[in-house]
Amino acid sequence: MPAVATRDFVAASRAAVQDPQLRRAFGSAGAGFDGARRDAIAEVSPERWEEWREEARRIKEHAIGNLDYYLELLDSKVRANGGQVHFAADAEQANRIVAEIARSRAVKIATKSKSMVSEELGLNHVLEAQGVEVLETDLGEYIIQLAQETPSHLVAPAVHKNRAQVARLFTEHLGVPYSEDIDEMARVARVALRQKFLDADMGISGANFLVAETGTLVIVTNEGNGRLCTSAPRIHIGITGMEKVIPSMQDLAVFLRLLPRSATGQRITSYVSMVSGPRRADDEDGPEEFHLVIVDNGRSRLLADAALRESLYCIRCGACLNVCPIYQRVGGHAYGWVYPGPIGSIVTPELVGVAQAKDLPNASTLCGACRDACPVQINIPRMLLHLRHQLAESPDSGRRAASDTDTMLARGFGAIMSNPMLLRMARRLGRLALRPVSKGGKIGATRLPLLSRWTAARDLPAPAPRTFAEIWRDELADEPTPGDR
Amino acid sequence: MTATPNTRAALFATCIIDQLYPEVGVSVVRTLRRYGVSVDFPAGQTCCGQPLYNSGFTAGARRLALRVLDAFADADCVIVPSGSCGAMLRVFYLDLFADDPELRAKAEALAGRVYEFTEFLAGVVKPVSGGDGDDDGNGDGGHSRSEHPAAVAAYHPSCHLLRELGVRAAPRRLLDGAAGVAVNELPNADQCCGFGGAFAVKYPHISEQMLADKLDAITASGADTVTACDMGCLMHIGGGISRRQLPLRVRHIAQLLDNPGS
Repeated sequence: MPAVATRDFVAASRAAVQDPQLRRAFGSAGAGFDGARRDAIAEVSPERWEEWREEARRIKEHAIGNLDYYLELLDSKVRANGGQVHFAADAEQANRIVAEIARSRAVKIATKSKSMVSEELGLNHVLEAQGVEVLETDLGEYIIQLAQETPSHLVAPAVHKNRAQVARLFTEHLGVPYSEDIDEMARVARVALRQKFLDADMGISGANFLVAETGTLVIVTNEGNGRLCTSAPRIHIGITGMEKVIPSMQDLAVFLRLLPRSATGQRITSYVSMVSGPRRADDEDGPEEFHLVIVDNGRSRLLADAALRESLYCIRCGACLNVCPIYQRVGGHAYGWVYPGPIGSIVTPELVGVAQAKDLPNASTLCGACRDACPVQINIPRMLLHLRHQLAESPDSGRRAASDTDTMLARGFGAIMSNPMLLRMARRLGRLALRPVSKGGKIGATRLPLLSRWTAARDLPAPAPRTFAEIWRDELADEPTPGDR
Repeated sequence: MTATPNTRAALFATCIIDQLYPEVGVSVVRTLRRYGVSVDFPAGQTCCGQPLYNSGFTAGARRLALRVLDAFADADCVIVPSGSCGAMLRVFYLDLFADDPELRAKAEALAGRVYEFTEFLAGVVKPVSGGDGDDDGNGDGGHSRSEHPAAVAAYHPSCHLLRELGVRAAPRRLLDGAAGVAVNELPNADQCCGFGGAFAVKYPHISEQMLADKLDAITASGADTVTACDMGCLMHIGGGISRRQLPLRVRHIAQLLDNPGS
């Protein structure tokens, strides 16, 4: 698996919010994608959209609730179609399976279409270590491969880069004259990639959906690179998480309506590719071998926890990122691992360990914009609360990681608020203690610990001279209500 | 809940209003009374428990929630002048007591009687008295927009009010109908202000950026007053306004309905 930097969230997010280039990139991309999404919903009508969301939700609930059955069905159908199926318990096993296929078939060049699961596994480095040239062919992925970076968004992996940065990368790595012209840059990338598509021995793709009843891998793309990866080389390896399985082609329909609209606001993407096994005798093209690698890598833990299971319904559209006020300001890399944003804050802790990703569930205002945007109605805020609860009070000490300060403050607050007499005393003490820093009913910038974290940029009201309860008792309780007879 | 001329309502004042903004509680009571509502204020109420619940400390949150369940067990309806605390009582208590059938049943019984302040005013009762009554029957509260309003308000729809309780239209309807209040559109109104309880002090660098964007939007609206249904958000927004010395007043919606010139 790639390096986990979730512990660095605070430092990384602080650096990100101070980077005006990043703020512009994530802010405008988020607003652009989300605006297109809203327009697409308005076009089909919000009522219809809700019906689709509910249908998709029902399908995912059913598929994930019967995952063992549908994975077995998928396995048998892919085999019947002439493909091979490999189940990998973790990243290491998945990488070993792919590496072994590459080694035994003397693969020299592998072309890849976009796959977040392969990012999760760190597959490229494993293949490169045994001498395979691995080439990302999604334009965004190609850009970050040149830059030796990781994706910062689920569907737009290079969204953090601006035009000039990409132009410089192309000049540096491809030896072409510097140009910021989009058409020219796309042409340069096309020329660089085209010959590799033809030379590659192996094509690696992810999957947006796996259709169990037909044994079909479905990928939804805009650049046509996916189709070249899955059809030109002699071997095609599809690699994806076990949660991608859906029962039938009938079920696929609603997801093909929801996914492009949620991701980019498109009614349909340029390409929807369906792969059901290797080339058959009467096919004109297609790979000689088709392998499907189905990865667990921690997903069983999400499946086993009833409170987190719905995170497996995610179709990786990125809509929750585009509406998230936190993601828009800190960007994808600050989250410290492959899956950023609201859904990443659920999935990442479970895949890398809750205790070392404790900032992710906490770095949210629970505003709920992600849940409203989610095409499968995933209740992300509720799961964030569940993870916070585990961090604070899990009986499993390996998952408990709230700071001593947080625990102490929570205990103190709980004790005071449980006892009105204690509250009155705490209030008197508080007013005394805060008097030196209060001025005109306000507490301004102060160095007092904890308080300073608020007052660095914001004033705070000093406790009022009388509580509402006191005013009620003294003045309001006996006042008549107009209209009372 | 059906509206009757003598509807009785129990006020859950919220700890932030009780301790920091008692004047908001006074406006809530005065406005409810103007609508002909008899207001009770059950003794012994403190905090709904949300600060603990949001930080994962559910054991402590349950203790506070039990106090609320007890204090409001007999109330016909419970008025909460906060979308966030209202969401705690109506939505999150159900999750909090999900594993205890008896308490869960109590939480459900409470949830059915909880109204956020504006939701109650706009949906359940109508003003009855004092020249503020809606005598012309057009449902506008009896007011027309004055040419020189006492407050030009930007309304910030707080996240829990909007997305947990689903209250979108009621506050706007009340503001649009209120004498002496004009409303200016707030750009990107649905975006969180960056408060989020402990979030604001755990991740101040992110929270402050969100606040800065909200303050810019409020300034761009041209309003002289920012209003919302939640003192948590308004404490955050107001804290930024005060620090930057922006020429803006910060008022809970109850204060504008009670006295827009306040």
